[in-house]
Amino acid sequence: MGIISRGFGGRRRESLPGLPPGQYLTHDFPVLSAGPTPRIPLDKWKFTIATETGEKHTWDWKEFTALPAEEFTVDIHCVTKWSKLGTTWKGVALDTLFEDVESAADYTMAHSYGGYTTNVPLDDLLDGKAWLVYEFDGEPLHPEHGGPVRLLVPHLYFWKSAKWVNGLQMINDDEPGFWEAGGYHMYGDPWREQRYQGD
Amino acid sequence: MKNRISWRVATVSSARWETASARTLVLDVPDWPGHLPGQHIDVRLTAEDGYSAQRSYSIASAWPGSLEITVQRLADGEVSPYLTDEVQPGDQIELRGPVGGWFVWRSSSPAPVLLIAGGSGVVPLMSMIRARGDARGRQPFRLIYSVRTPEDAAYADELRRRVRDDPGLDVHFVYTRKAPEGAGTPKRIDVAAINSHGWPPDFQPDCYVCGPTGFVETAADILVALGHDPKRIRTERFGGA
Ligand SMILES: Cc1cc2nc3c(=O)[nH]c(=O)nc-3n(C[C@H](O)[C@H](O)[C@H](O)COP(=O)(O)OP(=O)(O)OC[C@H]3O[C@@H](n4cnc5c(N)ncnc54)[C@H](O)[C@@H]3O)c2cc1C
Repeated sequence: MGIISRGFGGRRRESLPGLPPGQYLTHDFPVLSAGPTPRIPLDKWKFTIATETGEKHTWDWKEFTALPAEEFTVDIHCVTKWSKLGTTWKGVALDTLFEDVESAADYTMAHSYGGYTTNVPLDDLLDGKAWLVYEFDGEPLHPEHGGPVRLLVPHLYFWKSAKWVNGLQMINDDEPGFWEAGGYHMYGDPWREQRYQGD
Repeated sequence: MKNRISWRVATVSSARWETASARTLVLDVPDWPGHLPGQHIDVRLTAEDGYSAQRSYSIASAWPGSLEITVQRLADGEVSPYLTDEVQPGDQIELRGPVGGWFVWRSSSPAPVLLIAGGSGVVPLMSMIRARGDARGRQPFRLIYSVRTPEDAAYADELRRRVRDDPGLDVHFVYTRKAPEGAGTPKRIDVAAINSHGWPPDFQPDCYVCGPTGFVETAADILVALGHDPKRIRTERFGGA
């Protein structure tokens, strides 16, 4: 294990059951993104799932918000070490969006307004594991936090929960997205501390 | 795939105070692979019973040269008070990196550069200023540096010296709590400060904004509102308010 740092005791802040290793609890909602916050007018907003054969499924704001939505409470974990427990969201489960999508691909690349990308295996989006969310704590999702719509994949580090998401591209082989190409882990499991490549 | 980023043992070779609450640690790491200005390292501290904590710190120095970080003490923090007040030359800490390939400045880029720092957000921007100085870069650089009071400005002497010796570098301070004589009343960074002391958008500068989350959000929004291309605005958020 690590070398001991002389005189370091640590604070040992709350070690809670919901807290993955190396994470600390925060009560506010920090923001992390690579650039300025895009503002997307709702009448321009669109979301598209594109399969590996080029078939496209697109929803505009009206169609999207007419889909059955769920309210749910989950914990979120950022690779910069903060975690937030018991956050409440409203959104559409990816299962709902994938109902009519035919694809044999195992991976997806999420795309966002502003150009951000992140890769997520399809298995990690289905079976009630991920949502496209548009409300946080009963309020429309603020642009700073990815509004109008962000992807939410709470069981992976938060950079996988692409803000300002506007599409999913199905891909046959896993490819790195924006942070992954910069050395971050391809998968990003907080419980296994998969922060960087090789972790 | 690149190799895994592994943990290394660093020895603190010297330390100096930049302000009353910010301290620079010079780190000696055998086989340090070098870094680009803007990259950061992760530091891991381990207590005697095995408890450990990790935090990210931007690299302050330019390479080739040294590996230095500047840590701002947060009174109620877990790691930063240890790095500012406890660590002494000769002590060892673990680190890994360099990390990050986005918030970096490359001396091969000819574009003018606008740097906007809030508090300890100046650290990676200082690395860029130093790298440009070492490379005798001719890209015009402007730094807008927001601090609470004049005493909170890190690297103040070095910045003054660099501005004096280098016509391609400008520094403008924004004081939020207490301004020195003649610098007007204290205020937060605003459109006027960025408009008068930044570059016009049609110069197509590369913009780097770094600091606490709220500061970065404000400054980046102003840049976009002034007409800067969002693709040329890179941000690094240190967390906190
Ligand atoms: C990419 C990057 C680069 C960075 N570069 C630098 C740099 O160059 N220089 C620098 O000084 N910092 C930098 N930081 C910030 C740094 O990583 C640390 O966040 C900072 O030093 C504070 O760590 P700490 O352990 O002292 O404080 P922490 O213990 O993490 O506390 C941080 C704040 O959160 C509050 N807090 C934490 N836990 C709790 C709790 N359980 N309950 C209530 N409040 C709590 C504390 O009161 C404090 O105000 C950088 C961060 C990032 C992400």
